[in-house]
Order: sequence, then structure tokens, then C-alpha cells
Amino acid sequence: MSATISVANLRKSYGSTVAVGGVSFAVEQGEFFGILGPNGAGKTTTLEMLEGLREPDDGELSVLGLRPWPRNPALLPRIGVQLQSSSFFERLTAREQIRTFASLYGVSARRADEMLGVVGLEESAETKTEKLSGGQAQRLSIACALVHDPELVFMDEPTGALDPAARRNLWDLLRRINADGRTVVLTTHHMDEAETLCDRVAIMDHGQILRLGAPAVLVRDLDSPVRISVESGLLSAADATATASSAEVTDDGVSLTIATHDPAPVLASLAGHHALAGLRVQGATLEDVFLALTGREYRA
Amino acid sequence: MNLNALRSLSRAIFLGFVRDRAALFFSILMPILFLLLFGSIYKSASAPKVTVIEVGRVSLLDQAEAASPAQLGKVLKVTHEANLAAALESVRKGDTDAVVQQQGHTLVVHYSIADQTTAGIVQAVFTSIVQQADAAAAGVHAGYQLTTEQVENKSLKPIQYLAPGLLGWAVASGGAFGASITLVNWRQKQLLRRLRLAPVSVGSVVLARVGVSLAIAIVQLAAFLAIATLPYFGLKLSANWWMSIPVVLCGTLAFMAIGLLIGSFAKTQESATAVANVVILPMAFLGGAFIPLDYAPSWIREVSYAMPLRYLVTGMQNVMARGEAAAAALPAIGILLALAALLTAISIRVFRWDAV
Repeated sequence: MSATISVANLRKSYGSTVAVGGVSFAVEQGEFFGILGPNGAGKTTTLEMLEGLREPDDGELSVLGLRPWPRNPALLPRIGVQLQSSSFFERLTAREQIRTFASLYGVSARRADEMLGVVGLEESAETKTEKLSGGQAQRLSIACALVHDPELVFMDEPTGALDPAARRNLWDLLRRINADGRTVVLTTHHMDEAETLCDRVAIMDHGQILRLGAPAVLVRDLDSPVRISVESGLLSAADATATASSAEVTDDGVSLTIATHDPAPVLASLAGHHALAGLRVQGATLEDVFLALTGREYRA
Repeated sequence: MNLNALRSLSRAIFLGFVRDRAALFFSILMPILFLLLFGSIYKSASAPKVTVIEVGRVSLLDQAEAASPAQLGKVLKVTHEANLAAALESVRKGDTDAVVQQQGHTLVVHYSIADQTTAGIVQAVFTSIVQQADAAAAGVHAGYQLTTEQVENKSLKPIQYLAPGLLGWAVASGGAFGASITLVNWRQKQLLRRLRLAPVSVGSVVLARVGVSLAIAIVQLAAFLAIATLPYFGLKLSANWWMSIPVVLCGTLAFMAIGLLIGSFAKTQESATAVANVVILPMAFLGGAFIPLDYAPSWIREVSYAMPLRYLVTGMQNVMARGEAAAAALPAIGILLALAALLTAISIRVFRWDAV
């Protein structure tokens, strides 16, 4: 077997607090793998053990066929890591920053400059990193993680504090990184991000993996009703209820919404009534799966 | 060890320093401004002349002045005043050191003992004047006469303690703040973690940071010596001044170790700065950097032995200004290195890579 990462029964506790309570999974070469979970679920601790920053209490762990702990100099040049904080040297320009990191890996300054181009930062090469925007800093941080052309890339909440446009922009970059053949492992608590980017996701909470699979499969497995809505006033509530056998109908004065597990006859019936203005059909999302698994209570 | 990595890390840290205006100001410019300021204030402060008010006619004093005006003029500055009460008030206020009157054959000297040195000079000078006059009156040819000569005390010239003292303070601050703030910032921003994930040894990272601090300390030393040896300030370097280079380097190591320990405990840059200030500032007063130990009260002199800064300052003073043998700096170097080793060993035990 040639899994890029294989983890079996991995455990880590801090005192009496169990951070990771026996997780097992494998990540294949070239896969885009996401670890989802609320704060304190054990995502970061799992990632830290994969990166070789923390010693597992128990379990089997192999990354690119090597043991990450204790600090393994043979593994380090083959992995790229983007941390939650930007982790830059103070008061250096973007170019100086990436060249410094490049030299730690024995990579030329020319290659470092090319990498600035890859993440679209040529224009800001002479800007001090403190003056970069959030999105630019994040792209520089990713460029620094990729400058030595690693086979495997870890990213801890890469789009954490970005605005929507910067997030979309970064997603394109992350897709390209993965399309180049690299294996990417990221943690996030943005469900849309995981759904858009990841081949497979592991949903974690309380140190356990609750579900693991392709986002679409997880959503399908949730078996939640499809919500079909049209403009209010096109159809009476009685007609709407009659469209399907087990439909749940609500009308808030703006939209008439029919929730059903069997959308085909509902849509056909709506078409028959010429009541399709403002039609929206919403299936469940990964977020629904996530909330169904982890609960809705607020956790800081 | 990867030399390329070492070089680029050093370069990154150095650029970070020279682009930090606050760090440049506090480690280089402010100590130099202090040197210029205190150097100018104390420059003219040699042994003070005694000011005396002559009330009425004091023939003894006039005779002595006539006999050897140059000699007496070195010690006394005489003014005249008719009103005794006004003259005494001037002594009370401290504007004048003594009032002198002559009543027949009695010379009356009024002086304050607020300043014992001045009081001593007043007594000695007038005793001597009376004795000479006595001898003359008795018809004895004066075999001896009063001459005054100010002794060039080795420790007395202000620039000779100001330069090593302020430089010691600058080097100590640079080392302690440099190490503690770097450690806390790098930990907080996860740069420590990022470097740990790069194939570069901890030794290279430490060596780069220490190397830059040593270079900064040498720049501080050069700047201080350049200014202090200007004719205006008049520091004359003794033959073995070069021994102050290893003293400065070892002092930097010792104070970086102090900073390392502070940075190992402090969680934020603000708390690291505060703790470093609490450690360094009292030490500057108690360790002979701001107050020369020769003139300090005896309790400060005793406390100073517990202050690492004392060894940095006196080590430099001995070889830079007092003209002692090169080996005179060795005890200071030994103590500073031992302190650096001890504190580094403790820091390694409490070191944390991560904020949590």
C-alpha cells in the first residue's frame, strides 16, 4: 500500500483532557483531504502530530512512509506547512521573506521569485509583509510553504480571516496546487470551502472522527428533505400540500416553501400550476451534515 | 551546519533590526545622547574652588594673596562684602562656602559643614594662612610654604566612568531586549514553529540571532569610543582598551541569556518589555552604570556585586580608562560567561516552542 498518510488509532491527551481519542484514516497520493470540526475538536492536534510537532501518546503514524516524530530531517524537505499565524520575519519585504525561507531549504532566489509570481505577488514583492492585505499575506504564506516544491502540503485554516473575494481567489490557488499533483491536507471550519475543494473530508468532534467520505456522499447520507420555494401567492397552501404525499408547507409572505423527500412530483405539480416564478431548489449542504453531527450549541 | 541558511537567517534578523526605528533609537541613539548630555554636564566639573566673602579688611588674607597670588587663586575665590549678616546668609544658602573676618589678631572663619569636602578645604587653607603669618611675625624665614596641586585621580574624570557606564547599560539593554522580544514575538507569530518545520538546525537559528546581537554590540562600542575620545570629551584610551571588546561580547551573551529567560516565561511582547525594564533599569543605578561606584554610597557598592551589569561596566572601565593590565578584565569575563551559561541552561529547561 502506498498511502501518503496512514494513521491508525492515534491518541493524544493533555493532562486529563483527551485532544485526540483514537483516530484512523488514510490519505492517498494527490488527494485533497479536509479535516472539519468545531474549535477544540482535535483538528489542530491531529495536524501537529502529522507534521511532527507533537509526539503521539499512542497509535501508528506514517507520513510519506516515514515517522514524523521525533523531528525527522528526512521528512521536513518533503512537506510544506502553512500555519494559522503568518509566521514571517519582522520588517522584511515579501521578496526577502520568501528568499529567506527558500535558503533554509537550499532553494535558489530565482525559484523563490518565481513562486511569488505563482501566487500573484510580483507587484507586491517590495512591500513589507506588515503592509500586505490579509489575502496577500496568506498567499505569501502559502508561497513560503511551497517554495521547496513539497509533495505534501498541510494548511491550518488558510482562509480564516479573509473576505469572500479573497477566499474565492485563494481557493483557485489551492486547486492549482492540488492539480499539480501535490497531496493537500487542510483544516477548516468553513463548510462551503470543504465542499468546494476537498475530495474527501473527515468530520471531527471531541477527538473522534464522526464521518469520513466525499462531501457529496456525506450530504446524500444525511437524507434530509429538499426545500423547494416559489414566490408567495402563486399557489394556495392547500394546493401546495396536495403536491406531494409527505410535504411540509410554510409561507412567510415572501416565499412559499415545500420541504419534501420526494421532489419530482412536487416540481411537476408546480409546473402544472404555472407556479415556477422565483423557483429555488435547495438540497442539504455539508453544513447540515456538520450541524447534525456536532450539534448547534455555540462553542467558543 | 548549513552556511547558506545561517547567512540568510542572520541577514533577515539584521534587516529586521535596522528597519526597527524604535530598536535603533533605544539601543544606539539614546545611549549616545545620554553620553553627549552627561559628558557635557560633567566635563567642567573638576575640583571646585572655594568661594570666600571677605567682610571688612582681613590683612592676613591680603598678605597671603600678595605673597603668592597664583597659588591661592587656585583654591580660593575671594569677594568683598561690608555687611556680615548678608555674608552669613549667603553661606547659609550655600551660595558661598565661607565668610572670613579679622578681629585684631584673631581670624574668624564662618563656614557650613553641609559639604564636608569644601569644609575641609576651608579649614586647611585658613590654618595654613595663619601658620605662615605666625611664622613671619615671629621673624622666622618661611622654610615651607603652601602650594596646592590637584591630583589627577584615576577614577575622577567623568568621561572615564560615563563612557563605560552608559555603554554597559546600552549593551545590557540591547542584549536583554533583543533576546526576549525576539523569542516572544517569534513564538507568538509561530515563526519558531515554522523554523522547526524547516530543515535547519536549532543551532543555526540561535547562532544567527546571537551573531546579530554581538555585531550590534560592537557597533555600540565603536560609536561610544568614537564619541568619547573626541577632544571635546577627552577620553584617553589606555593601552589595553582592546580588551573591552571581549568584555562587551561576553556581556552581550550574559544579557541575552537574561533576555532568553525572560522570554521563556513572558507571553506577550508587552510583558517581556516590562520585565526586561524592571531587571535592567534598577541594575543601571545599582550596578555602576549611571552612578559611578567610586562615588556611590557603600550600600550600593555592596549591592553592586550581585548585579551582572557591574562586571560588564567595571571590566570595561579597568582596561579602557584605568589603564590596568589586559588580564584585569578576565574575572569580569569569567563571571559574565558563567552567568550566560547558567541562565541558558535554565532557559532550555523552561523553553516553549508554542504559546499554548
